Amino acid sequence: MNIVVDHLAKHYRVHSRAAGAMAALRSLFVRKYDVVRAVDDISFTIGKGERVGFLGPNGAGKTTTLKTLAGLLKPTSGTVRVGDFTPNERRPEFLRAVMLVTGQKNQLLWDLPPADTFELNRAIYDVPRADFTPRMKELVELLEIGDIVKKPTRQLSLGERMKCELAAALVHQPMLLFLDEPTIGLDVTMQALVRRFIRTYSERHGATVLLTSHDMDDVSAICDRVVIINHGKLSYDGSIGELVVKTRPEKRVTFTLSESVSAEAVQRLGRVVKSSERVVTLQVEQSQLKTVIAGALQTLPVADLTVESAPLEEVLADVFARARGAA
Amino acid sequence: MSAAAAIKGWLKPLPTLYKVSLADAVAYRGQALIWLLSTNTPLIMLLLWNAVAAEAPVGRWGQAEFRAYFLVTLIVRLLSGAWVAWEINMEVRDGSIAGRLLKPLHPFMAYAFENLASWPVRLVMTAPVVVTAAYLVGTEHVTHDWRQWLLFPLALFGGWLLQFCAMLAIGCLSFFWQSTLAIGELWFGLYVVFSGYIIPLELFPPWALAIVTKLPWAHILTTPVRLALGLDTFEQSLLQVGEQWAYIAVFLLLATWLWRKGVQRYEAFGG
Repeated sequence: MNIVVDHLAKHYRVHSRAAGAMAALRSLFVRKYDVVRAVDDISFTIGKGERVGFLGPNGAGKTTTLKTLAGLLKPTSGTVRVGDFTPNERRPEFLRAVMLVTGQKNQLLWDLPPADTFELNRAIYDVPRADFTPRMKELVELLEIGDIVKKPTRQLSLGERMKCELAAALVHQPMLLFLDEPTIGLDVTMQALVRRFIRTYSERHGATVLLTSHDMDDVSAICDRVVIINHGKLSYDGSIGELVVKTRPEKRVTFTLSESVSAEAVQRLGRVVKSSERVVTLQVEQSQLKTVIAGALQTLPVADLTVESAPLEEVLADVFARARGAA
Repeated sequence: MSAAAAIKGWLKPLPTLYKVSLADAVAYRGQALIWLLSTNTPLIMLLLWNAVAAEAPVGRWGQAEFRAYFLVTLIVRLLSGAWVAWEINMEVRDGSIAGRLLKPLHPFMAYAFENLASWPVRLVMTAPVVVTAAYLVGTEHVTHDWRQWLLFPLALFGGWLLQFCAMLAIGCLSFFWQSTLAIGELWFGLYVVFSGYIIPLELFPPWALAIVTKLPWAHILTTPVRLALGLDTFEQSLLQVGEQWAYIAVFLLLATWLWRKGVQRYEAFGG
């Protein structure tokens, strides 16, 4: 399903008042409203099967964009097309093709086993039994939930519930997945499994994935493209690699040493960003990379070395800080 | 898509929805029992009015009449309760209403079937009351007109549906105003007074009786109760059931309108 967003804006009118009893009393008669520009004139297109991460600080407009694309919010202005549909019309054919999973809300029936929610969704989405059975088998295997689908949801851990949420949301095999913080609160193992699962599902079925997350590991594990939204404006749209190169062109070179050396010997080579007794990380300009590595190999007792880009968290922190400065 | 195919599409998931909702309704037997015990007002009123009528009948209401009235009232009350306003309010407040909006099944249908799913549990729990009522009252004080018995299930279902649609309309106000449960409480307060729950409406002064019998609350409870007890002629019962279903249409239209406006507001403000 292609997504075309053209000059999308979503503004809210929010009641505001000062603190205190008098202000509360006054607000009974005279109300003051502020306009919040949650999303302010953004445009982009997403092709079938793409996996796109929506990034931005809190209140940037990521979730508003996602909810608008899912059909829960109506744009203040601009247009959104998802395939042949206008999302907020919520036509049954559209609803059968999409799904929204949020890490903080759930659709599983609390007192019943997840298997009952799967069965209910099968009926609601009119999935033929012949498709449902092998599909559930696949989901149960991929998510490793075979032994928990018959336990009441209330007895499951957060991670188990999230895996079952995903299975319940995929009963109708949607071709467009909206994921809002899908790994929030999960432990590392469970996060890795969920990320792997989402990517596998998308690759196997050609499903488009739109993800918002504060966890950069989610984004780098699932998405090939990122859209950065800040103060409701689109500030970047492209691959993660390009973003890193554009924002932080320097490389991180980590040397593992066979014996300790003096701090001066290391500082001579470049800016030290991390250092312990035998492991040193330098930040090096791309153009200086060969020279610095050659110099280190000559002057330091190097046992091993790795070259990496700056972590995505730091890259984004830079992007957001620059946007704050520009604002 | 033709209208027939659309209706078929709507109806298809309902048996499964009902089965799953039934499983949900019986998940907590203790909760169902507590609810049953908390709906004991008619039994308390029975004791009160029984004592009042011990010395002399109140109008045409003697002890036997009061016993029959409040036991049937208890049965109708147990089977006509609806609490969907509370559900909608909670879902709008915690945002889970979004999940309903993104499913290809109209939320009204889902709410109705989730609510109706508790009927078998209620029937099982009402059965002892019915048996007790039959033993204490006998069949002397219930209608002997088979036409009224044929009409009774429609009036009973209508009582539930009217209460459900009114709760639906109140619940839809949650899109506009967070404190709609206060309206729910007000509705229930008026129901207690004007439905015949604590006093047979017939005992109201004539001028008040003419008004209260035309209000919606009377059609939730008193209409099916009077029908079962044969307190009116078949023609009068037919008219009351007609009024009941007219109210159902009004509240359903009101709820549909409020839902549409509420969802538009939700789309604009995000809840």
